[in-house]
Amino acid sequence: MKRFNKVVSAAVASAMVLAMAACGGNATDGSQAASSAANSNAAASSEATGNTGADQTTGTSAGTFVIGGIGPLTGGAAIYGNAAMNGAQIAVDEINAAGGINGAQIKFLKEDDQHDPEKSVNAYNSLKDQGMQILMGTVTSTPCVAVADKAFADGMFVLTPSASSTDVIVNDNVFQVCFTDPNQGAKSAEYISDKKLATKIGIIYDSSDVYSSGIKDTFVKQAPEKGLAIVAEEAFTADSKTDFSTQLQKCQSAGAELVFMPFYYTEASIVLTQANNMGYAPIFFGVDGMDGILSAENFDTKLAEGLYMLTPFAADAKDAATVKFVDAYQKNYGETPIQFAADAYDAIYIIKAAIEQANVTPDQSIKEIGDALTSTITTIKYDGITGSDMTWAASGEVSKAPMAIIIKDGAYASVE
Amino acid sequence: MAKLNLKSIKKSSKDAFITYALVILVYIVMQILLKGGHVSSLIQGLLVPMCVYSLVAIGLNLCVGYLGELSLGHAGFMCVGAFTGAFVSKALRDSVQSNLLLFMIALIAGVVMASVFGFLIAVPVLRLKGDYLAIVTLAFGEIIKNIVNVLYVARDDNGYHFAFSDTKKMNFDDSNGIWLINGAKGINRIPNLSNFTIGIVLILIALIIVYNLVNSRSGRAIMAIRDNHIAADSVGINITKYKLMAFTISAAIAGAGGVLYAHNLSTVTATPTNFGYNMSIMILVFVVLGGMGSLRGSVIAAVLLTLLPEVLRGLKDYRMLIYSIVLIVMMLFNWAPKSIEMRKRLAEKFVKKNPTKEEA
Repeated sequence: MKRFNKVVSAAVASAMVLAMAACGGNATDGSQAASSAANSNAAASSEATGNTGADQTTGTSAGTFVIGGIGPLTGGAAIYGNAAMNGAQIAVDEINAAGGINGAQIKFLKEDDQHDPEKSVNAYNSLKDQGMQILMGTVTSTPCVAVADKAFADGMFVLTPSASSTDVIVNDNVFQVCFTDPNQGAKSAEYISDKKLATKIGIIYDSSDVYSSGIKDTFVKQAPEKGLAIVAEEAFTADSKTDFSTQLQKCQSAGAELVFMPFYYTEASIVLTQANNMGYAPIFFGVDGMDGILSAENFDTKLAEGLYMLTPFAADAKDAATVKFVDAYQKNYGETPIQFAADAYDAIYIIKAAIEQANVTPDQSIKEIGDALTSTITTIKYDGITGSDMTWAASGEVSKAPMAIIIKDGAYASVE
Repeated sequence: MAKLNLKSIKKSSKDAFITYALVILVYIVMQILLKGGHVSSLIQGLLVPMCVYSLVAIGLNLCVGYLGELSLGHAGFMCVGAFTGAFVSKALRDSVQSNLLLFMIALIAGVVMASVFGFLIAVPVLRLKGDYLAIVTLAFGEIIKNIVNVLYVARDDNGYHFAFSDTKKMNFDDSNGIWLINGAKGINRIPNLSNFTIGIVLILIALIIVYNLVNSRSGRAIMAIRDNHIAADSVGINITKYKLMAFTISAAIAGAGGVLYAHNLSTVTATPTNFGYNMSIMILVFVVLGGMGSLRGSVIAAVLLTLLPEVLRGLKDYRMLIYSIVLIVMMLFNWAPKSIEMRKRLAEKFVKKNPTKEEA
């Protein structure tokens, strides 16, 4: 009897699963319909203005490139994943409206990985089922290592907007839009010493985070060569990131003039608040994860005044490309884009540039597209909103100039 | 004749054989579907994780269902197994050519290490009971995770280098060596050795071990301890010995799950999502939903609940909400007294309608 119960429960559960799957199928159908409707609208509008009419007609016969995006859309790192997916979507809409890539439209699909390698591989497989040909992802490093390996087995081209660990690019098919962690650490040390911001440095870092400890390691290695003395090196972990008074006190008593904070802005907002409470006011210096601090919850943005961060993207930059992107982002999503959004926006355009250079078509297999793009991306030079003259080494690393930002009058401002 | 034989088998062995048959049947069906190309990449990718969670659920069921001690540290044992296995297979990659042999070595290392940890933890912990034990195992899982995050092991021409936290003292030059465990970055570039067949074989081995254990003299002693601690003690059962035995075997099986997990992904890091208490609780959910003391239930629950959130991907943002609701509904359907009563009534009707069918 008990066994029978089990059978019944299993049957009901699977029926439920099937029902759900059916709903899911409908939902995706719906969104596909919506996006194709959007495409046809875009086509109509560009024809109306008399622009690229010829391209448009070839566009219908040239097919569609399916680009997949993977990132944490829920959970603790959701802000990065969502920003990246929004940024990518803007780029995709712009490209489609302007006639696509060599006439072929782009379909952009996104999946959630909750910042977990196992879920990320599931997301990758799910996107593959939906016909993904090129992967723009994943947003975070650890999942990217796992996905890159699966993508390598499939020969798929992977361009990650923001996975900055060097472990990500060990496979030939993976390229980065952002700096690698070691690169950020080294550049930060270089910047601090070149601008003579301080000589006595305190570091607070997240020892349980790949990104944070990766940057810290190279910073520590580079510092002595640049004439910087590290007077305090204090760690915290993902489980103890709500109180930083001990770490700050150690930095203060060691006489650190500058506190280097290679971690994300959520924790940084607590550090800044606590430093203010204890009356400790060194120069605070962050890296690209600090971007977004002005929109942190329950945070008095006045405390971030004078905070430096080394990031390739500044939302206040006045060049036409950045202004266009920031306007589109604000219009669609009602907030100022952070660097992750900009990275993903560039990533889509870089994929476009590589496709045009390699002259691949959507009807080619994943592996054919992957091989062609892998060999051509090293030959292209791209000017984007996260850096000009971006070039790629065969290793997958990007080469571009970093930029420092300071928070002034409650807004991000470029340091001249 | 055959029928007579079937009847003469003990109920407990029959239960075990049905479970083995079910697992093998699922394997054969999946293989046929895979050969025919009817399985989506998503499901193909989920096959090994389903085996991983089934294994750990079997391990935890021994501890929770048969020994009656609530452990919230099984993700910790999984973590030990995963890191040991990945470490061994990465270190020996160049010297061992055969993939299967390499996996076997990694598996043995992972299982041994997890059981050593299980044993060490069990010695002080099993003096406690109930909630206290649960909290101590929870703490243990967190300790393991944090230790792994500050552990650095590297190998170069001069041999192996170890360090806790302070990599500067290691004297390791990363230009001519490799990182084996790199602190928070964990282990990367793990050879991809897990596959569905290995997973199924491991599940079968775990099932055989646990079924034979619980149907043996030792198993009856373990269950006697669960049912009445004092009575068991008074009839001369060596409580410490049997508790240690069950807990260690339970940890070893969880370790095997960890080894399988690590070799399925090319990276393993100890984060709160994969080896934190959330995972321990997730595994406990598999066990409770499947029924404590029912190994078959654990496997079915682990498979269903691993599958569910992934199959629901089409629902986009509502996915985890629906998943939670389905979890509540399933729990009610399985364990609410009214629903058990209702299912019994339905089952009786069903049996009456099919008089040819023997009572199950």
